[in-house]
This record gives sequence, C-alpha cells and structure tokens, in this order.
Amino acid sequence: MPPRRTGSHRPAGFAQSLPERGLLLLTVLLLLQGSALPLGASSSPDVGLSQTDSDHKVTAVGHNSTKKSFPVLSLDYSHIQTPFEISLWVLLASLMKLGFHLIPRLSGIVPESCLLIVVGLLVGGLIKLAGEQVPPVLDSRLFFLCLLPPIILDAGYFLPIRPFMENLGTILMFAVVGTLWNAFFIGGLLYAVCQIQPDNPSDLHKLELLPCLLFGSIISAVDPVAVLAVFEEIHINELLHILVFGESLLNDAVTVVLYHLFEEYSGEGTVTVMDGFLGVISFLVVALGGVLVGAIYGILAAFTSRFTSHTRVIEPLFVFVYSYMAYLSAEMFHLSGIMALIACGAVMRPYVEANISHKSHTTIKYFLKMWSSVSETLIFIFLGVATVDGPHAWNWTFVTVTVILCLVARVIGVVGLTYVINKFRIVKLTTKDQFIIAYGGLRGAIAFSLGFLLNKDHFAMREMFLTAIITVIFFTVFVQGMTIKPLVELLAVKKKQEAKRSINEEIHTQFLDHLLTGIEDICGHYGHHHWKDKLNRFNKKYVKKCLIAGERSKEPQLIAFYHKMEMKQAIELVESGGGVKLPSAVPSTISMQNIQPKKPPAPKPAERALPQLPKGREEEIRKILRSNLQRTRQRLRSYNRHTLVADPYEDGFGDFLLKKQKMIELEKKIKDMNNYLSVPAAPPDSPTMCRARLASDPQAYSVKPVSESVPTIQVDLASPQSPDSVNLMDEFRQASQQQEEDQGLMMKPPSGVSAPNKPGEVDGAREQQKLMRCLSDPGPSADEDEDEPFLP
Amino acid sequence: MGASQARTEHKYQDLADKTGLKKKRALTSICFMIMDFLLPHCSRENLDSIPALANNPIRKQIVEAFFDKRNQHQDEVGSFEEIGFEQFLMVMSHFRPPTLKTTEEEKEAMRKEKLRFLFNMHDTDNDGTITLAEYRKVVEELLSKSGAIGQEAAKAIADAAMLEVASTNVPHMAPDDFYEGITFEHFEQILKGLEMESRMHIRFLDVDTTTMHCGKSFS
Repeated sequence: MPPRRTGSHRPAGFAQSLPERGLLLLTVLLLLQGSALPLGASSSPDVGLSQTDSDHKVTAVGHNSTKKSFPVLSLDYSHIQTPFEISLWVLLASLMKLGFHLIPRLSGIVPESCLLIVVGLLVGGLIKLAGEQVPPVLDSRLFFLCLLPPIILDAGYFLPIRPFMENLGTILMFAVVGTLWNAFFIGGLLYAVCQIQPDNPSDLHKLELLPCLLFGSIISAVDPVAVLAVFEEIHINELLHILVFGESLLNDAVTVVLYHLFEEYSGEGTVTVMDGFLGVISFLVVALGGVLVGAIYGILAAFTSRFTSHTRVIEPLFVFVYSYMAYLSAEMFHLSGIMALIACGAVMRPYVEANISHKSHTTIKYFLKMWSSVSETLIFIFLGVATVDGPHAWNWTFVTVTVILCLVARVIGVVGLTYVINKFRIVKLTTKDQFIIAYGGLRGAIAFSLGFLLNKDHFAMREMFLTAIITVIFFTVFVQGMTIKPLVELLAVKKKQEAKRSINEEIHTQFLDHLLTGIEDICGHYGHHHWKDKLNRFNKKYVKKCLIAGERSKEPQLIAFYHKMEMKQAIELVESGGGVKLPSAVPSTISMQNIQPKKPPAPKPAERALPQLPKGREEEIRKILRSNLQRTRQRLRSYNRHTLVADPYEDGFGDFLLKKQKMIELEKKIKDMNNYLSVPAAPPDSPTMCRARLASDPQAYSVKPVSESVPTIQVDLASPQSPDSVNLMDEFRQASQQQEEDQGLMMKPPSGVSAPNKPGEVDGAREQQKLMRCLSDPGPSADEDEDEPFLP
Repeated sequence: MGASQARTEHKYQDLADKTGLKKKRALTSICFMIMDFLLPHCSRENLDSIPALANNPIRKQIVEAFFDKRNQHQDEVGSFEEIGFEQFLMVMSHFRPPTLKTTEEEKEAMRKEKLRFLFNMHDTDNDGTITLAEYRKVVEELLSKSGAIGQEAAKAIADAAMLEVASTNVPHMAPDDFYEGITFEHFEQILKGLEMESRMHIRFLDVDTTTMHCGKSFS
C-alpha cells in the first residue's frame, strides 16, 4: 500500500500519525474495490457461464475444440455477492467507529452520529462518482426487520425499571399527548401555509389536508435511535434521560396508528368521526396488544431459562430468539413491535438473570451492545447514502416551514404538558429540565423509513416529503446534537451520578419501601406503595416459584444484591492478585476488627488440662458450634448433585467462598476453644471478616478444600491438634447427640494436621491456581460492570 | 368560654403551622379539630391490630416510631404510652413532599428532618449512634419474612454495610481503633445519594380522612 505524499495544506491534527492515515486509506481503497467489483461482476458470470458451456461442449461434442485446461483460479463474484457486500458495509461501519475514536479531539466536539452521516454522504458520493447505482440501502424492510430490533432490544433489556415506572405517567403524557399535539399542529399548519398565496398557484396547492396530517405524524415522533446516540454522550441525569428516552420508545404506538389511519384514508380524502373513534380504539389495541405479546414471550423465555442448567452454552440464544419473535409477531398483527420488544426484555430480565450463569449474562450483555452499536452505525451511514441517492424535490417554503414548525411545536408541547404534569408530580420539572426535554426531541431514521414506505401512486409529493424529512433529521442531529453538550454544560444541568450503588443505599431503599407502605396502610390509603408491595408479594409467592430454578426462587432481593456484590468483589480480589487489600471506592485501612465490639482481654490460660467447663459456658460454646455447623449444612444443602453445574467454580463461586470462610471460622473457633477455655463466647466471625483477613494474608488458606463431590454433609473439621481438643470433641459429640440433632451431620475426628498456619498451604496454592484459571476470563471490566446503564 | 375557644382555635392553627401543612390554613385547622375529637387516644395495640400491617417486616419499628418522643420535635426522649391526634400528626408531617416553591434551604432542612426520623428508628437506645448490634437488628428485621436463609445472611450484610460506612467516613483507622457506631453525620453522608426529600413522602392528596383509623373504626 503506497503511502501518499500529503500536501502541506492538510489541516493540522487530522490523521497525523501514519497508522491513522493508513487506516483511512485502507478504508477508501476497500470502498473503491467494493464499488468497482460490481462493475466487474457483469463480465464474470458470462465468463463462468461460457466456461461451463464450453465444458459441456467439450463433453458433449468432444471434438474440434481444444480441451480447456482445468481452471486453477477463477473469479466468481456473483456467487458471493450479497453476503460480501453486507460484510463490507458492516466492516466499513466498524472501521469508521474505530477511526473516530483514534482521532482525539473530533470525537469530543462532534457526536458520532453526525460523523457517521457525513461518512455515509461520502460513500454515497463515491459510489455515484464511480457511476454505479447506489444500492437502496435504507430499504424499509431491511431497516425495520434487521437494523432496528437490536437497538430496541438492547434498550429494553437494560431499561432501568424503577425510574421508568416511577415516571410512567409523565412519560406516557409526553409520548401520547405530545406526539398527537405535534402531529396535528404541524400537519394542520403546513396545510394552512400551503394554501396561502392563492393568486400564485404552485405545486404546494395540490397538497391536501390528509397527506399533510400524514406527513405531520411521520415527522413528529421522537426517534429512539437518535436520542440514544446523542444522550449517551452527554451523561445527563437519570430523570431526564429516562423521560426523553421513554417517550421516544412509547410514542411508537401513536405513530403506528396515526400512520396507518392517514395512509388508509388519504386515498379517500376524508376521515369521519367514526374513523377517529376507531383510531382511538386501535391505539389502545396496538399499544396494549404489543405489550401483551411481549410479556407472553418474555414469560416463555423466563420459563425456558429455568431448564437450561445443563446446556449453558445456548442460554443467550433463547433470550435473543424469543425477543426477536416477539417483535415479529407483533409486527405481524400491525401492533407496536417496539413496545413488544421492550415489554419482552423488561419482563424476562429478572427471572432470566436469576437462572443463567455468569458467563451467559456477560455474553448477552456484550452481544446486545455489539449488535446495537453496529446497527446504529449502519443506520446513520445509510441515512447519508440514502440522502445522496435521492430522489429529491426541494421546495424552500415547505422545507423551512417544516423545520420551524417542528421546533415550535415541540417547545409549545413540552411547556404546556409540563404545566399540567407538574400538578401531579412530586419532583417537579424545572425550566431547565423542560428545555432539555424540548431540545432533546431528535428525529431520526424511523421517520425516513416511514416516509420511504409511502406509495408513490397515492402520494405525488412523496419526494418532497422525503426531502423535508431528511432536512429535519439533518437539522436535529447536526445542530441540536452538536450543541446539546455545550448547552448542558452552560445551563449546569445535573449530570449522572457516578457513584456505585452501595449496600447501605440498597438496605435503606428497601427499608423506605416498607416504611412508606406501612404508613400508607396506617392511613388506610391505597397508594402507589401499597400496590407495589402487593405486586411484589404476588411475584414472590407465585411467579418466582414458576420461573426461577432451584433455591434462588426464594432469595430475597437484598440477599441477591449482596451476593452480586460479593461476587464482584471476589472477582476483583482475584484479579488484583489476592495479596492486596479489598479494593474499594475509598482506599481505607479499615477492616472488620475495627467495627467488631472489643472482646474483653482473654485471661491467661491457667490450665491446659481437660477442664470441667461450667455448665453455662459449655452450653454457650456448644450452641455456637452447632449453629455454625447447622448454618454450614444449610448452605451446603442448597447444592445437591442435581443443581450442581459442571463447573462449580464458575457458578457457585460466591457460595463457595462463603463455605470456605465458614470452614475458617470453625477452625478458628476450635483453636480458641483450645487455648482460652474460659473466654466468653466470641461473636461468631462473619464471612466478611474472614474475607478481610484473607485479603491481607493470602497464606491464610489454611483450610482443606471441600472435596469435589461437594454435596452433602461431610463437614471436615481441619483443625489444630491437641489431645484436649479430641476429648472436647468427644464430649461435645456426646452432648450433642442428646439433642434432637442433625442425624446426617458427620463430624469426622480432626485429622492429623500439625499447626494452624501450615496445613493447607499446598492445597491452598493449588486451589488458588484453580481459581485463577477459571477466572482468567474476568468478563466485565471494572467500568463496564453495570447491569443498569443508568445506575452504575 | 370565649378565651378557651380562642385558645383552642389557636392550638389548631399552630398545629397546622407546626406540621407544615400550611395550605388552606383555616380549613385544615377545622379538619384537625374534628379529627382530634374523633381520635382522642391511640395505643400500641390499636396500631398493631391493623390487618394490612401484618405483612410488613418492619411493623414493630413503624409502630414504635409513632410513640417515640424524639419525633415530636420537642427535644424530649422516651416514649409515650398513648398518643393523641397532635402527636400522630407530628409524625405524619415527616412525610410531606417538597413543593415547587420550597427553597433550597427548606429542602435541606426537610431532608435533615426525614433522615433524623430514619435515624431515630434505627437508634433504639438513643445514644446518638447506630451500633453494630442495632444495625444488625435492622437488617434482620428487614429479612425477617425470608426464613432461615435471611437470618444467616443478615449478619453478613449488616457487617458489610457497617464496614462500608466506616470506610467512607473514617478512611484511615489504626488496626486497634474501634468505630463506635454510625453518627447522624455519617448517616447523612452515606444516604446522600438517595434524595430523601423527594423519596420519603406520601401523597396526601387522596387520603380520605374519614377512614383513617387507629384500629377503631369510624365512618
């Protein structure tokens, strides 16, 4: 690849270093090759064909033609044309994305979506220059069936349910009433504008009311793809994000209904009141039907995931296929596919996540992000290409009036609706919020595709519509998209909280929920919290039992959260080498011993002989031992051979750690008992304490790992040795046999292990290796470790 | 007669002001007068016997909060045996939401007040700190409806939470130092992100006062 000599006129900072230039050059060459190949394609089939013909001739006739030599190398482009071109586009999109992030300052100033549209324009221009027919890339079927679903599924699966539900009323108001207002305002005023200047008849006069209204309904919907693309870069606070984004998702139902309504009746010229009424019913059917379809598929997916413990590899596939089928089924009935996808993702997520393995979870997350990212990139590039393609019919009046009306309608709509909504909200929307909501109403490719779908025969003005739509899209994406970031800074709008969700916040969120429910019950007031509580209890009692496999169905939310946190910390611990202290947000030197109440100083061991322990003390110690062993047993019980997965480390890692820590604590207890016979019972160590100690002293792996046949109840007390302890154990065993104790509990006499610190070192090392190996693919990196994009 | 009537009216207007339910003062004070007449006294058993509360894991703490003198804004400690309408209302006033007109200082004061309410609920022995034992009790109560799995994890969770509070507030402690407990300032610090003033509220718009009951029924 010959490096070009660049002129000195190249603006500084643009593709300065050689690799970047090389990359861009490579892309350009690839494009040219891609566009040139179709040129050559016309000749190759003939060649191929003639070759086979001649072969046939040879075999059939067998004379007068010299036998053609066996083709060692031949070119057959048409064979692979379509997949090749698709791959080329995807490759182009990905390389572009790569390239933008290599150029440092550009990605800060200009949002990615703008750059991608420009690239699309360039590519379209290049193709046109090459004299080729620009492929109709933004074909509506391709768009709606292939490009849009991944983005929506990604949004729906990771939708933060809590803020969404809390603001649902507001979101619905904006989505439904706001879109209706926009559509009628724009359509009506456009018609009015087109009708003026009666003495100077122009093309515009041919435009009737209904097509105008149709155009209004197409252009009025806020586009989720564009909103996502722009808002993701500005890191705005959660409330505003969910309001604009939720609106863009839920207005799909309105758009679908309005579009079909006006399209149907544009031919006939009138819409009666009856039709309007049917339209309203249709809206309810479309919206609720879409949600219902999505919910059904979601439950099916959740139910299927309950049984996937033996085939972990295809778990992500179920999520994707069920969701896609939900989308297609909804589209089949002309229901709102977007709402179906959102409902499917949101419904299945809590149950699926409780059932699938950690690796599957990571796979789902990364695949969804990957597909949605590629889709989004492709959409913007195709928008650029389609713009070059045309056909266009530019009409100054129409286009400028459209752009102005869009802005005005949006502002008036948002202000008016907020005034009404604020009467019902607790957290009121301020003027700044209103501005951001109005300004964030971006239009995107959905509008273009809907316009593209219009039938040329019914709509003579189709090209003018398309031009206007594209202009509005360009305006919103370029102007609004580029300026929203500085405006956010200027207005000092609240940004996203970066703090990790802590266990304290989780505890208090739950506490508050119960508190507010309780207060509502005392007041006799069946409010928000009351119904939420009822739903939760229903969920816990019936739904979770059906849809979640095994013991996890009974796990309360707080504990699930805690286990997740422990798992994350454990992974971080192993990643950081195990010798470092527990990494935490605030580096601190605090460990559990700082918060455990001080034990009274142990009195000097007077005698080591077998003591007659005072009855009360003995009772206490016995109780502690028993309770610890019982707890260990309960923990172990949740792993029987049937729920055990092939790779116990992978799935049960958190629990495995807990088991190990219980072992350590037992061991310590026995040691204490040996040395300090008259010490009052120390509070049993919690796993956290052991982990804290573990973190600072990796050699403390002094426990024998539980054997691989993990299951039941062999509690192997690896413990320090002394004749006293044996006797003590015997005594306790006798004592405990008097209780109605766990028959299955076997206490193997402590094996001959020399000193507390030496024993399991070898085992410990081996184990540590095992852990390192299985966790060598850590999966999510630190900053990607978010399940909920809005609540890192 | 006239003097005592005037005094009574003042009492309700004061009550309306004190609890911050300032809207429509006159109407509110009349309502309060009626309520006071209908609900002279309420005891713990009355509150306990509300059927809907049976499913609530922190029922005891909620009921206790109503009888806690610290929530009456009067710098007293201890607890009542019975409460009247005035005390009931003082406790309920902790749950009012901010309005558009609430200034930043008022919001800050409101948040402190609500956090104080929560703090009092946790700090049962009123020593100004939430000790590890008290915090453990809180988590245990939260998980009390979840059976044995809940109990064994409760301790671990409480310990981890306490560790987190200590790490955030007092990052560098010598190994022998002892973190006494969560003080009110630390409590405020860790719950900074939750925006209490907007979260901890009840919508009083739809409360039908004739059905408010303390175990007794009115109609």
